[in-house]
Amino acid sequence: MIRRPKPERFRLRRTMMFMNAQKPGLIKDAYIYGCDSIMLDLEDAVAENQKDSARFSLYHALTTIDYGSTEVIVRINGLDTPHWQEDIRVCVAGGADGIRIAKCESAKDVHTVEAAVEAAEKEFGVEVGRTLLMAALESPKGILNAYEICSASDRMFGVAISGGDFRKCMQTTFQPDGVDMLAARGQMLLAARAAGIQCFDTVFTDLDNEEGFKAEVLQNKAMGFDGKSLINPKQIRLVHEVFAPTEKEVKQAEAIVRAYKEQSAAGVGVFTVNGKMIDIAFIPGAERTLRLAKACGMYEGDLV
Amino acid sequence: MRNAVGRDIPEALLVNGKEVYQGKNYMDGKYIQKASPRTRRYEKPQESKIVESLVEALKQCGARDGMTFSFHHHLRDGDYVVNMVMKAAIEELGLEDLTIAATSLGSAHDPIADYIEEGKVIGIQTSGIRGRMGEVVSAGKLKTPAIIRSHGGRPRAIEAGEVHIDIAFVAAPTSDCVGNCRGIGGKSNCGSMGYAMTDARYADHVVVVTDCLVDFPNMPASVEAIDVDAVVVVDSIGNPKKIASAAARISQNPRDLMMAENVAKVIASTPYFKDGFSFQTGVGGPSLAANLFLEKYMDERNIKMGWAIGGICGPMVELLKKGKVSKVIDVQDFDLDGVNSINQTPGHFEMSASQYANPANKGAFVNKLDFVVLAALEIDTGFNVNVLTGSDGVLRGAPGGHPDTAAGSKVCIIVTPLTRGRMATVCEKVVTVTTPGDCVDVLVTDYGIAVNPLRPDLIECLDKAGIPHVSIESLKDKAYSLVGTPDDLEWEDKVVAVLEARDGTILDVVRKIKPLTL
Amino acid sequence: MEILKSAAAGTLESSDAMVTVEPGDGGIELELSSSVMNQYGRQIKATVLETLDRLQVSNVRITVVDKGALDCTIKARVECAVYRSCDASSANIPWGGAVR
Repeated sequence: MIRRPKPERFRLRRTMMFMNAQKPGLIKDAYIYGCDSIMLDLEDAVAENQKDSARFSLYHALTTIDYGSTEVIVRINGLDTPHWQEDIRVCVAGGADGIRIAKCESAKDVHTVEAAVEAAEKEFGVEVGRTLLMAALESPKGILNAYEICSASDRMFGVAISGGDFRKCMQTTFQPDGVDMLAARGQMLLAARAAGIQCFDTVFTDLDNEEGFKAEVLQNKAMGFDGKSLINPKQIRLVHEVFAPTEKEVKQAEAIVRAYKEQSAAGVGVFTVNGKMIDIAFIPGAERTLRLAKACGMYEGDLV
Repeated sequence: MRNAVGRDIPEALLVNGKEVYQGKNYMDGKYIQKASPRTRRYEKPQESKIVESLVEALKQCGARDGMTFSFHHHLRDGDYVVNMVMKAAIEELGLEDLTIAATSLGSAHDPIADYIEEGKVIGIQTSGIRGRMGEVVSAGKLKTPAIIRSHGGRPRAIEAGEVHIDIAFVAAPTSDCVGNCRGIGGKSNCGSMGYAMTDARYADHVVVVTDCLVDFPNMPASVEAIDVDAVVVVDSIGNPKKIASAAARISQNPRDLMMAENVAKVIASTPYFKDGFSFQTGVGGPSLAANLFLEKYMDERNIKMGWAIGGICGPMVELLKKGKVSKVIDVQDFDLDGVNSINQTPGHFEMSASQYANPANKGAFVNKLDFVVLAALEIDTGFNVNVLTGSDGVLRGAPGGHPDTAAGSKVCIIVTPLTRGRMATVCEKVVTVTTPGDCVDVLVTDYGIAVNPLRPDLIECLDKAGIPHVSIESLKDKAYSLVGTPDDLEWEDKVVAVLEARDGTILDVVRKIKPLTL
Repeated sequence: MEILKSAAAGTLESSDAMVTVEPGDGGIELELSSSVMNQYGRQIKATVLETLDRLQVSNVRITVVDKGALDCTIKARVECAVYRSCDASSANIPWGGAVR
């Protein structure tokens, strides 16, 4: 049986790829494409009368398949369905890294899931607090309550918007310039940053529209998203390319982190790097750039 | 007797100078005595060679029990000609003990399985065998072991007289009244007729079967009237939809694309990737997709491909039309883009099977090949490849040009997923060796790349380019960790097929499988 | 567990298996067909029997049509079919206990 290491609440999550938990041919090795996280789906991808069967598949996949360093998250069914409690039990028992709460609308929803997760952790002898949570915001109410959702639990590592349902609620459709969800994306990003968690954009479903996909990913990066949900492995490469830092950014970050380590050892708080004033506030950003650079194969040093 | 790839070859097969496989280039420098056919003179001018029916043609060629009939496989899964000829010979003329020597056979030829079971067909010589025929031969129902040869091994065997063709049947998309044939201009077009060329020159008799008679002279002819005894016009020689698909599309399967990209990376890391390089790829998902990624590297480095060979399809024709490859030399076409381009697009030429791949002539095209990208059903830790038998031991594949291009090329890359369903593609020991490991250089899978230790030069290239690679043993271990270690297949003693290496030595045999009953 | 009625789980897609269970005649009666019979037939049989044993099923007619499924899939399909036959597949599964 595979025992996955304790999940990291904050790690690189540029790409989260959805996979139907019911399809053995898909889930057996989805990690080979190099996405940061796999999202095994018990919700929309699984037919109503196969929810039970999907859990058995999921349990054995989680406990048999070595996903290596790829994060494994499970999207559970909504709290308005009869499925979510058993979904949580199987996720915790199988050792999933995290659970994605579908159609989350309030802090109460997060607390409901958290309580069930904690109960399952106790039931299955899993360290309490091990299982991480993220929320999918799919309605205007969810977006308006984004901050309370993002800050509802120490288990929360991120929040994502789910475009399909959200656009329906807003009586709009996909727009190439993103104006359909501009306010929602902005509000969610604000909430996530205020709560100190990560923020992920929705899937892009038109696989043949490569230009459109690229435009959306560029906009995601410009708005400050941490990553994006994907439906096909062929989308991974572009997201990783767009989210990769530039060589100049990597060099600057390396200089900042190195200087900080030297200066703080000498007790200096504020210093200059390449003529720019640097204090401790710059450090987390520079370290994030280096971690990203490492994941993209652009940095091989040992500062992170 | 054990051969150079560790296979035990029954002594009973080692007669009349037959040897076991000794390794690459073993026959180099030896002489062969070419066999010549015994052909009929047609000195008196003939207005036309058209005869009423296949039966008439068979009679005119003196068809009798025990003969060997040859066929070529350009009509692929759409072919009607093999079945119609064998039906005329067996059901109308009552012939028996016949041998079919075909360049390849496929599921279109399922009806022949009945003739094998009835004992009317007692010998099969082919590159490929699939469908029901594969099943009945695997079940030991063919009277003599099938002989499996590569596309280059076949013209070698014909020229050396190891196969004597009594009557060659040429399936011709167009022919004139005296038998000048072309693969285009009709309703069942196949493009190149390269595999029929050697047969026509070395057979005692040649019968052209066409469904489109055109004005004399049908030029430039692939098979020439000077070799043809009779022409039979039939309603249809094949199903055009199955002869050439509309267009071979480049796979969108992310796994195929990932592997294809790595194939291109490997190619671009070697010193052979320079202006004027030569290339062949199969039409399988990841092999064909390699074209796409290779083009990117060619653009980046501003180099062009000198020439490409093989079975040809749309993506290669595209490169030719864009001026990214100077010449395409074609033994078979896989799609309508290939068919419609041959001898039409400047630089797109036809070649014979011997010119393509024969190891015993004075220099086939494969010998000048820089890169070949090939698929595999299985590959073992000795880099031996199987493209003939399924991992259940049943015949269902074709060596085709695989062993020839692997042996001739400077870099032979096998691209295959690590597992297919529950079958481990990378395994301890392949069921049948069809391409010996000393001809295979690099393996690209979805779980990593392995380089044959016989090629330290390529290992260095990959290292320099920063392309990660692992041992083939570790890939095998990974495969078995995913699907479980398979049980060994159980065989009976009876040999159902003999696998000839391209040089004529014996590479392996396929025995009758004992099915598992629980 | 006792097989109360006939139930099935799985599909005939590649890499999957279709498992059907029915009340037995006093023992375990297994009918197995597989696209990888010659190489994996014994292992599949062993997996099916072990899974039934863990679920304490001793009276069943079970049919497995395997299309090259991995062991973890075969287990999942057998378990689901058995729990479905008892109308117990939707909640309170003993994950990590009898199901493991």
